[in-house]
Amino acid sequence: MTKVSMTVNGKAVSGEVEGRTLLSSFLREGLGLTGTHVGCDTSQCGACVVHVDGKPVKSCTVFAADVAGANVKTIEGMANPDGSLSVIQQAFQDHHGLQCGFCTPGMVMSSAALLAENPKPTEAEVRHYLDGNICRCTGYHNIVKAVMAASGQDVSALAAE
Amino acid sequence: MHNFDFAKPSTIADAAKALAADGAQALSGGQTLIPTMKQRLAQPTVLVSLTGIKEMQGVCMGDGGLHVGAATPHAVVAKEARAHYPALADLAGGIGDPAVRSRGTIGGSIANNDPAACYPSAVLASGATVVTNKRKIAADDYFQGLFTTALEDGEFVTSVIFPIPQKAAYVKFNQPASRFALTGVFVAKFASGVRVAVTGAGNDGVFRWAEAERALSADFSASALSGLSVDPAGMISDLHGSAAYRANLVKVLTGRAVTAAG
Ligand SMILES: Cc1cc2nc3c(=O)[nH]c(=O)nc-3n(C[C@H](O)[C@H](O)[C@H](O)COP(=O)(O)OP(=O)(O)OC[C@H]3O[C@@H](n4cnc5c(N)ncnc54)[C@H](O)[C@@H]3O)c2cc1C
Ligand code: FES
Ligand code: FES
Repeated sequence: MTKVSMTVNGKAVSGEVEGRTLLSSFLREGLGLTGTHVGCDTSQCGACVVHVDGKPVKSCTVFAADVAGANVKTIEGMANPDGSLSVIQQAFQDHHGLQCGFCTPGMVMSSAALLAENPKPTEAEVRHYLDGNICRCTGYHNIVKAVMAASGQDVSALAAE
Repeated sequence: MHNFDFAKPSTIADAAKALAADGAQALSGGQTLIPTMKQRLAQPTVLVSLTGIKEMQGVCMGDGGLHVGAATPHAVVAKEARAHYPALADLAGGIGDPAVRSRGTIGGSIANNDPAACYPSAVLASGATVVTNKRKIAADDYFQGLFTTALEDGEFVTSVIFPIPQKAAYVKFNQPASRFALTGVFVAKFASGVRVAVTGAGNDGVFRWAEAERALSADFSASALSGLSVDPAGMISDLHGSAAYRANLVKVLTGRAVTAAG
């Protein structure tokens, strides 16, 4: 076991990990931050996406020890300081961008990474960027709509099927 | 996954020492190795992370062309290679999905030499040089078949040097489930001639299509390929596409790449 320290959602944290401890396990089991979901554990679904130093990564596909010292942000760090939902989260609620909600933490983290890079994406760019986030419920239309709305664009003309 | 000791050296020299140990294996972005270890298809006793080595990071112009550090993530190549080698930036920006591109690296990709990986086609079509901790290897000697390269035990890729072609393009036919290439073709036109490298199609991994290179060196247009055909023998056949389908894709995508290169 070795000790790792990092910053998670603005707080300094540390814990004992094995070499093989995945970042997703460290967050969920070590820190009790179970908002990060593990959908596949095979790097395919994107439910486990968190930000490491501002970049989206699949937390099931990185070792905790390899990101020691990094600045990590999870879905628990997305709400506004007063506890209200962030613009992206509120847009997912307003536009029914979720059904069971299992994929939502990863969707929100990937969407936030997209909007940080590209504040006014086209519909095609949103779909392309969310390529690695799989949702088995919504059929994606309302997720795309939510992200477009969160970027401040008019979504009244987007297909709602 | 079996447990292992984790090491994170900060220099190439220290990584070389750590990788000389019995049972040691390099870890770069982990986007291939971690899934492989979860399946217990790899069980290193020491994992040596290359992601903390500054000398292996980044993209810059230098002797012989564009130098890409082996531990440079795809997303960084997509951004930083754009001004120097746009076709390479396009290829890097089309690998997997954004989260894979945040972590996955060129060194890991060409060390693994997956028959459906994108980077091997760029390295081979560009006639790039693979630099290791021990020597320099020409692309034509480096790729040696399915998941096989010229790398020896304890040897690791430190950078790749890409000569810059006059024109180039990569066209990938997506396999939407895996996000790898069902088939992909990289075409690069140099003053000395055209090089065409094909990934995702050959049973032995990435290969050069010599007939197309000859035809395109004489006439760099998609129509120069019209009389050519690709033999389906030796092509991958799986549930996503038969050998004949892939053989046809090679020709179609080569034409599209030539047109895209302009
Ligand atoms: C969902 C998904 C989609 C993907 N889509 C694509 C795609 O479209 N196209 C594509 O090309 N790839 C794709 N990949 C693979 C991805 O690009 C990997 O990142 C890459 O193949 C391996 O690079 P890595 O840095 O992650 O290496 P790792 O996984 O860390 O290592 C891979 C292997 O290389 C060895 N190694 C690593 N670095 C070195 C080095 N410098 N020298 C010697 N040996 C080394 C390791 O020991 C290991 O055996 C995808 C992966 C996933 C999970
Ligand atoms: S749980 Fe990490 S990609 Fe599915
Ligand atoms: S809302 Fe159920 S998986 Fe996306």
